[in-house]
Amino acid sequence: MDFNLFWSSLGPLLLGAIKGTIPLALASFALGLVLALLVAMMRISANKLANGVGRFYVSIIRGTPLLVQLFVIFYGLPAIGVKIDPWPSAIIAFSLNVGGYAAEVIRAAILSVPQGQWEAGHMIGMSRNQTLLRIILPQAARVSVPPLSNTFISLVKDTSLASLILVTEMFRVAQQVAAFSQEFMLLYLEAALIYWVICLALSTAQTRLEKRLDRYVAH
Amino acid sequence: MSPTEPVLQVRNLSKSFGTNTVLRGIDLDVPRGKVVALIGPSGSGKTTILRSLNGLEMPDAGSVTVGARGTNGEGGPVDVESQLPSLTLDFETKVSPKEVAALRDRSAMVFQHYNLFPHMSVLQNVVEGPVRVQKRPRAEVVAEAEALLARVGLLEKRDAYPFELSGGQQQRVGIVRALALKPQLLLFDEPTSALDPELVDDVLAVIKELADDGWTMVIVTHELAFARQTADEVVFMDGGVVVERGPASQVLREPKEERTQQFVRRLLHEI
Ligand SMILES: Nc1ncnc2c1ncn2[C@@H]1O[C@H](COP(=O)(O)OP(=O)(O)O)[C@@H](O)[C@H]1O
Ligand SMILES: [Mg+2]
Repeated sequence: MDFNLFWSSLGPLLLGAIKGTIPLALASFALGLVLALLVAMMRISANKLANGVGRFYVSIIRGTPLLVQLFVIFYGLPAIGVKIDPWPSAIIAFSLNVGGYAAEVIRAAILSVPQGQWEAGHMIGMSRNQTLLRIILPQAARVSVPPLSNTFISLVKDTSLASLILVTEMFRVAQQVAAFSQEFMLLYLEAALIYWVICLALSTAQTRLEKRLDRYVAH
Repeated sequence: MSPTEPVLQVRNLSKSFGTNTVLRGIDLDVPRGKVVALIGPSGSGKTTILRSLNGLEMPDAGSVTVGARGTNGEGGPVDVESQLPSLTLDFETKVSPKEVAALRDRSAMVFQHYNLFPHMSVLQNVVEGPVRVQKRPRAEVVAEAEALLARVGLLEKRDAYPFELSGGQQQRVGIVRALALKPQLLLFDEPTSALDPELVDDVLAVIKELADDGWTMVIVTHELAFARQTADEVVFMDGGVVVERGPASQVLREPKEERTQQFVRRLLHEI
């Protein structure tokens, strides 16, 4: 293996991570969480229609491969006249995907907060939304951090699929350098290493966040 | 408002859960500054009445009127100038969320299992309602909250989280949280029945003090000795109806109705 190539390609790969992988993951996760919260609210609402729509959405997202979702949006939609550029396509697909998985996490976390907390919120005069935001979600956040962290870590790795719809994220950079230099093993291991380091950093952040949110429960 | 005019007036309150009729036409009057103890066997509908008075349960029929706030001297619900007008909810017609909110503005509840907010410190628990909902100035609310916490002997716990407190301390915070809302009416649902026996007296002593200060209260309790000392009136209910009501000493010492006699005797024997 050519270690000069390792060092010279590190710059472009890191740039691919900084300009591609990381913003793609962050944007999709943020949008996905907002979507997930909405869907979770639909799923716990008494409205049968909202509940059904939420359930159907979650079922589709969890029942189909992410790559297929990505291809439907980027390669499929133009067939019915909807043409979306690679970046927005990737963000839409990943957000929808995160939305489906995180909705169930958030729903379970909300339901895990005792009913008495809703009642205490109402007792002090809060509306349903105020109680949700100030009382329920902060408590739900604590239990949902571990599963949502897993979702985020998976998402970081899954962004490599965006290379298949021409988004220039880290893995696509690795593919391009590899094709040019014919050093496939080196470049793909280098990409793997960078994903691994990012995920290690995220795991550490997760542990810290869990500790922080645990400060108000007995150990 | 004359001193005997009721702060709380409940008429013909009725409620069913499916085919289970839980309240069958309850009437209740609580004059200003008076304490009513609600006693009765488990499942007789006591909690459902309190929850109806705080808008946590929607009765099927009847009405609830909560009157204006009165002055009660030191420590009581003062602020004559911020009196809320009297409010009547008629459950025969559809009650709007606004009306439910107005009812909650006038009453505050102390729960059997405290239901403190675990992610907030003691002080945050107390000021959350007055600051976030009532939009009162934070500095003023904090000063009041600290005075109330000092009164129940918990000022040094102001920055503790609920899990760091004993059950008795948590319930005293629950009481302070309710007081900080400056309600016209305080509701207690078996405030000591989740506590270890040795912690009960501290909490009852706090409630007794509030009664002496002139708060208007409805207390669901199985502590008959406490009810006798504290309550002006005792209401015994069973099966969703009021079986007997009267001055505390009469209902608890010389109950007229057989069901009341049985209940009181059984409870006294347990102790
Ligand atoms: N949310 C509810 N749904 C169905 N039944 C209920 C509900 N709340 C209370 N009940 C029923 O109403 C009856 C009275 O309950 P409750 O008011 O809690 O009585 P108490 O406080 O006197 O023990 C019980 O039979 C109980 O099972
Ligand atoms: Mg009860």
